[in-house]
Amino acid sequence: MQVIFKKLAYLIPVVFAVTILSFLLIKALPGDPAINKLGFNATPAAIKQIHHQLGLDKPLPTQYVLWVGHLATGNLGRSYISNQPVMTTIKQNLPTTIELMILAQLIALALSIPAGIYAAYRPNGLFDRVSTSISFAMLALPAFIFGVFLVYVFAIRIHWFPASGWTPISKNFSDNMRTVALPAITLALPLVAVYLRVLRSDMMATLQEDFITMAKSKGLSTRRILLRHAFRPSTFSLVTVAGLNTGTLIGGALIVEVIFALPGIGNLAVTSVFQRDYLVVQGTVVLIALGYVLINFLVDVIYALVDPRVRHGVA
Amino acid sequence: MSERMGGRRTRTVPNRPYEENGGDGTPTLSESPAQSKGVFAEAETEALADAVIADSGGAAAIDSLKEADTGVLPKKRFGPVFWISVGWVVGIIVLAAIASWIHLPDPKATGVAKPRLGLFSGGHLLGTDELGRDQLSRVIYGARVSMTVGFASIFFGIIVGGFFGVIAGFFRGKSESVIMGGMDVLLAFPALVLALAIITFLGQNLPNVILAISILAIAPIARLIRSATLSVSQREFVLAARSLGAKNWRIITREILPVVMLPVFSYALIGVAVAVTAEGALAFLGLSVAAPTPTWGGMITDGRVYLQQDPWIAFIPAIVLFITVLALNFAGDSLRTRFDVREGGL
Repeated sequence: MQVIFKKLAYLIPVVFAVTILSFLLIKALPGDPAINKLGFNATPAAIKQIHHQLGLDKPLPTQYVLWVGHLATGNLGRSYISNQPVMTTIKQNLPTTIELMILAQLIALALSIPAGIYAAYRPNGLFDRVSTSISFAMLALPAFIFGVFLVYVFAIRIHWFPASGWTPISKNFSDNMRTVALPAITLALPLVAVYLRVLRSDMMATLQEDFITMAKSKGLSTRRILLRHAFRPSTFSLVTVAGLNTGTLIGGALIVEVIFALPGIGNLAVTSVFQRDYLVVQGTVVLIALGYVLINFLVDVIYALVDPRVRHGVA
Repeated sequence: MSERMGGRRTRTVPNRPYEENGGDGTPTLSESPAQSKGVFAEAETEALADAVIADSGGAAAIDSLKEADTGVLPKKRFGPVFWISVGWVVGIIVLAAIASWIHLPDPKATGVAKPRLGLFSGGHLLGTDELGRDQLSRVIYGARVSMTVGFASIFFGIIVGGFFGVIAGFFRGKSESVIMGGMDVLLAFPALVLALAIITFLGQNLPNVILAISILAIAPIARLIRSATLSVSQREFVLAARSLGAKNWRIITREILPVVMLPVFSYALIGVAVAVTAEGALAFLGLSVAAPTPTWGGMITDGRVYLQQDPWIAFIPAIVLFITVLALNFAGDSLRTRFDVREGGL
């Protein structure tokens, strides 16, 4: 419990700093929202009125306090462009990003777990060396290259998947799967490389343990030893890494969403930057950052609950 | 604080006392190969980010296992792949540096040649892009941006991150909490979104792109240097210097920095690879150095439109960027394995 309180005490200043920074960062961006809204030949009086309407004429600290208050109640203001509440826009875009993240995680785990186990089973064997080299190469392959390559092969050469666009899952499940497939694979690729390495090294260490020798001497099958005895104690790092990645994936989805023109929050952030749509950028940035901080906090807490050494502060 | 920073890696591998070589859960200088990729990874497309840091535990255990078996450090020789990687990176840098003197076609002049020529046609080794600009010339001039951003941002990242990391790791206490808390705040922002905001705010030019990526590099580098400083500060020679009456400043500059900088420099090339990728991502979004200055990421974006008929326009910069990042990773990884200061093996 103490650990949780300690982490909670740490969480508060971080959240405070994140909100201040998100607030100031966007304040500092060039471009006047009133001019964006009214056009360049707006009269000074009209500009002033818009400023007043948006609360831009108040001192910065006041603006910050007001903004945090609104943030806490889920009110992020209205987009200067579409005049839609920012929260509504984000809510519309969030499911896409979340679906993308979940699928990417699933694909990454589905590929890396069997590969990691087998690589650790025969370290320095052919499969291990090939998979290690491939994952090394995958780490050097940024999403904006791999995504473009996937589009070329699977959308342009063989027409299995659309090159861009999005069908919501509520509308048509199979169309949704077709539109999400390439983006999810693109996002999963670097994860596969990381997970594979993590699992492989943990697994190799576990296989050196006495209880594995014990299991072998009992005459258990290799399959049973690997899957039932060795796999579970080797998943500790994998679980951490996967947990932490859930947070980072929100940001990582940004490029992928742009490549495939998906209506997610990453794409929303980029488009709004180009449109100088202050409040939408601010809303997405602060929500992504807060989400990331909270997920990491939860991962830490779950750790404390799961691992007695962390719980008692031994490690 | 230190528990949070260091705890994440040690707790990843339960019940293995042999990897607890850093006292209070402090990561030692010896890290796994996968860890190396994670060092500056927060700066890039995030997917690797914190992730890989957690890997260190497991692989470090393997490393110490290996060492326990043989009792000596395996001395890795540099293989041919290492030299090919170094050759490629050096070649790219040299070409980028002398680009103005080797009579390349103007990378910005449009309509000089027929647009979208294929490879090896019309006197253009790599063909031309959609505006009839020579692709070879654009790739070489694009390397200027990539390489400058890559090396410069890691250079500044090491200076600033190193400063904070050493202060935090040496003095501990309040300064450490404040500095590392600040670094955590920096890391709490999705890297690309932060870079995007910085560049939109400051404007699209080379110094600002370098600045944005330097800022992304600071936090991971500071973490690395802090943990290295932590373990070095506890070594006997630091105690010896202190008992001889050396002042803090002297201990930091003469005793700690030389030891700490070695692993940092061996990580630097991998950091450069990440910075090059980050610049590529910004350029891909149209947020790096503004057109018509060629950038690899920008060339990929431009070429994407013609993927159907002329995939080479996008593929050439993509392949060059991929090979460059791969070469940097490989060279960095080999250097790191070679020059790692291994406490455990001493």
